[in-house]
Amino acid sequence: MNEILEGLRQAAYLVFSLDRDLMEISLMSLRVTLTAVAAASLIGLPLGCWMAVRRFRYRRFVIATLNALMGLPPVVVGLIVYLMLSRSGPFGVFGLLFTPTSMIIAQVIILTPLVASIAHQAIRELWAEYHDLLISVNTSRNQRIATLLWDGRRALLTASLAGFGRGIGEVGAIMIVGGNIDHATRVLTTAIALETGKGNFSLALALGFILIGLAVLVNLIIHSLSKTEVSGRW
Amino acid sequence: MMSRIFFTACAVICLAVAATADQMKLAVTTSFHNSGLADVLIPEIKKDLDLEVQLLVVGTGQAIRLGAAGDVDAILVHSKNSEETFVAEGNATQRTEIMFNDFVLIGPSSDPVGISKAETVVGAVAKIAKNKALFVSRGDDSGTHKKELALWSLANIGASDRDIAWYKEVGAGMGAALNTASGLNAYIISDRASWLKFGNKGDLKLLYAGDTLLFNQYAYLPVNQAKHDHVNSEQAEVLGNWLVSDRAKNLINGYKLLGEQLFQFNGSQ
Amino acid sequence: MVEPPILPLIVKNASVRRGRKVLIGPVTLTLAPTGLTVIMGPNGAGKSTLLRLLHGMERVSGGSIHWQVSEPEARKRQSFVFQTPIMMRRKAIDNVAYPLLVHGVDRRLARQKAIDWLDRVGLSDSADKQAPVLSGGERQKLALARALIRDPDILFLDEPCANLDGRATRELEDLVLAAYENGTRIVMATHDIGQARRLARDVLFIYRGKVHEAALAPLFFSDPQTREARAFVRGDIVE
Repeated sequence: MNEILEGLRQAAYLVFSLDRDLMEISLMSLRVTLTAVAAASLIGLPLGCWMAVRRFRYRRFVIATLNALMGLPPVVVGLIVYLMLSRSGPFGVFGLLFTPTSMIIAQVIILTPLVASIAHQAIRELWAEYHDLLISVNTSRNQRIATLLWDGRRALLTASLAGFGRGIGEVGAIMIVGGNIDHATRVLTTAIALETGKGNFSLALALGFILIGLAVLVNLIIHSLSKTEVSGRW
Repeated sequence: MMSRIFFTACAVICLAVAATADQMKLAVTTSFHNSGLADVLIPEIKKDLDLEVQLLVVGTGQAIRLGAAGDVDAILVHSKNSEETFVAEGNATQRTEIMFNDFVLIGPSSDPVGISKAETVVGAVAKIAKNKALFVSRGDDSGTHKKELALWSLANIGASDRDIAWYKEVGAGMGAALNTASGLNAYIISDRASWLKFGNKGDLKLLYAGDTLLFNQYAYLPVNQAKHDHVNSEQAEVLGNWLVSDRAKNLINGYKLLGEQLFQFNGSQ
Repeated sequence: MVEPPILPLIVKNASVRRGRKVLIGPVTLTLAPTGLTVIMGPNGAGKSTLLRLLHGMERVSGGSIHWQVSEPEARKRQSFVFQTPIMMRRKAIDNVAYPLLVHGVDRRLARQKAIDWLDRVGLSDSADKQAPVLSGGERQKLALARALIRDPDILFLDEPCANLDGRATRELEDLVLAAYENGTRIVMATHDIGQARRLARDVLFIYRGKVHEAALAPLFFSDPQTREARAFVRGDIVE
């Protein structure tokens, strides 16, 4: 209990004194995860939507695979990406290992199935609702997808935010491919792992509270920007 | 087509970044990093050599793997046998000794099996095994782990004698293993520096030290450019020279924690 | 530019099957270019299925459906009002304008027309409200405005007043009649005999998936030919 209180106190101190190291790792956390979420959304949202409206043969199989990929342990993804990006690996020549880029790549792989799956679910419901109307009014497939994406945008935003939540707290993959290098690839989660490993529990807790606070802040900002809770709106 | 454009763009960006930075990647063990010496040396290296050393803090096994794969420019580890194999396999052209400290035996303050009274370290570990006292092992093929295994071997305590009822292999770095030992109030072998810097000691105390077998040598191995031509051998060599210089000697010997000197420099030009 | 008419619609032995069960058919009929046809019959007789079949929303399992122009063209000149109005999660005005935007009409012009139609159905005040929060009657009027905004050759309505109160029903019937008088071919399903009497110019009586009777309205209501039709017109329960 003492450590938790101590953690809160340290968190407050670090934030209000605008601690430089804290700023650095927090910004890196945001940079990695926000970029990964953006990319994962760009791939996953249309993919989920396309799967919702398209009839194709192996649909059940693809959906099952997507759902299974959601359960893939991030550390396994990290290991595979490491092997791909290692100098001894196929893409080693790009020298991407131990850079923020490799962390983003790993997170995109982890987050895209999640975003696509949630988007698919949401759009499927909306499609069931709109189905007869969109067919009757003679929309093309692209028009249908565009309409569903637009009218379903709140649910799609939720999908992206779910991706953000998963990404900002992820530590296994980015530890392996990023290397947790001080001033280069250290983020909040890897710093927490490091401090815990050193036995500095209060500091680790402090960083943990800051991480939670950051995640809540991002969610609040996005919700207020999209005016999701204004009454009378859908 | 799209993927080709994407990869070309990536390559261009990476080349651009690589050209402007004076950096190198150094894999070090958790034992070394946890001592806090790195936090002293890295800024001085930046000042003296205008070189940014990026530290990857990993287990000895992973450090060696990274070096062999050419993913880092040099490694700093403390497992002589593994280092010699590393050189023999052509991954490095030489190993350079830098400094040493010692391993210590840690355990609950009440010392139930009385290792603080043992005459030799081998005797101490034998007592732990005989009494089946709770013991935490690194279990991760690190320098510390290899030292621990060597001690069991000298005490004639085989793997089958190390029963999971009392012998707990955590497969983790020094700090994490100490955390577990602290939580279980168990015995553990640690390097002195990591122990002194460790922030969660709980009821644990340093119970035994001083046997020559507990000698812990750190060495620096730059990755062989002949094997991986992209490594930053130039800077790795510069750093290697710095690490055996008088400047490094003063910094290393001068590093104290709670009044104790943590490392003894023994590099030679 | 005047487009070629899509009617008459010629249906020959068309049927809809699901698995081994025949939902409707075989049906043979012709829909003339003008008229107000009411499809009547007890619940479950197959009225909805027949409407959906004519509109191309059910696949034909046998027989043929033949418009005067190609199928894709014909599709563009039909509209459908569903029993439960399908409201898009947008403002009322955006719902009404939607079919125009789908067909590439300029945004500003579409908006103008939508405002005009909202006015015609008496929903001007609700233009900027979110469609799903409107009342049942308002939603159905909105659906009708949306269906008529492209000035379709033929309008199908599937029991549009089934869930509406008296006032809303009257308003909707007036709008349907207005469209009819304006030249739109109307085909409407209902199980409400009173509504059928008020609106029908000709009647198709459906019973157990088959067209039991087809006749001009005055004839049908004064002298139904089959037993089931007679029972239905009387107001009895027809099983």
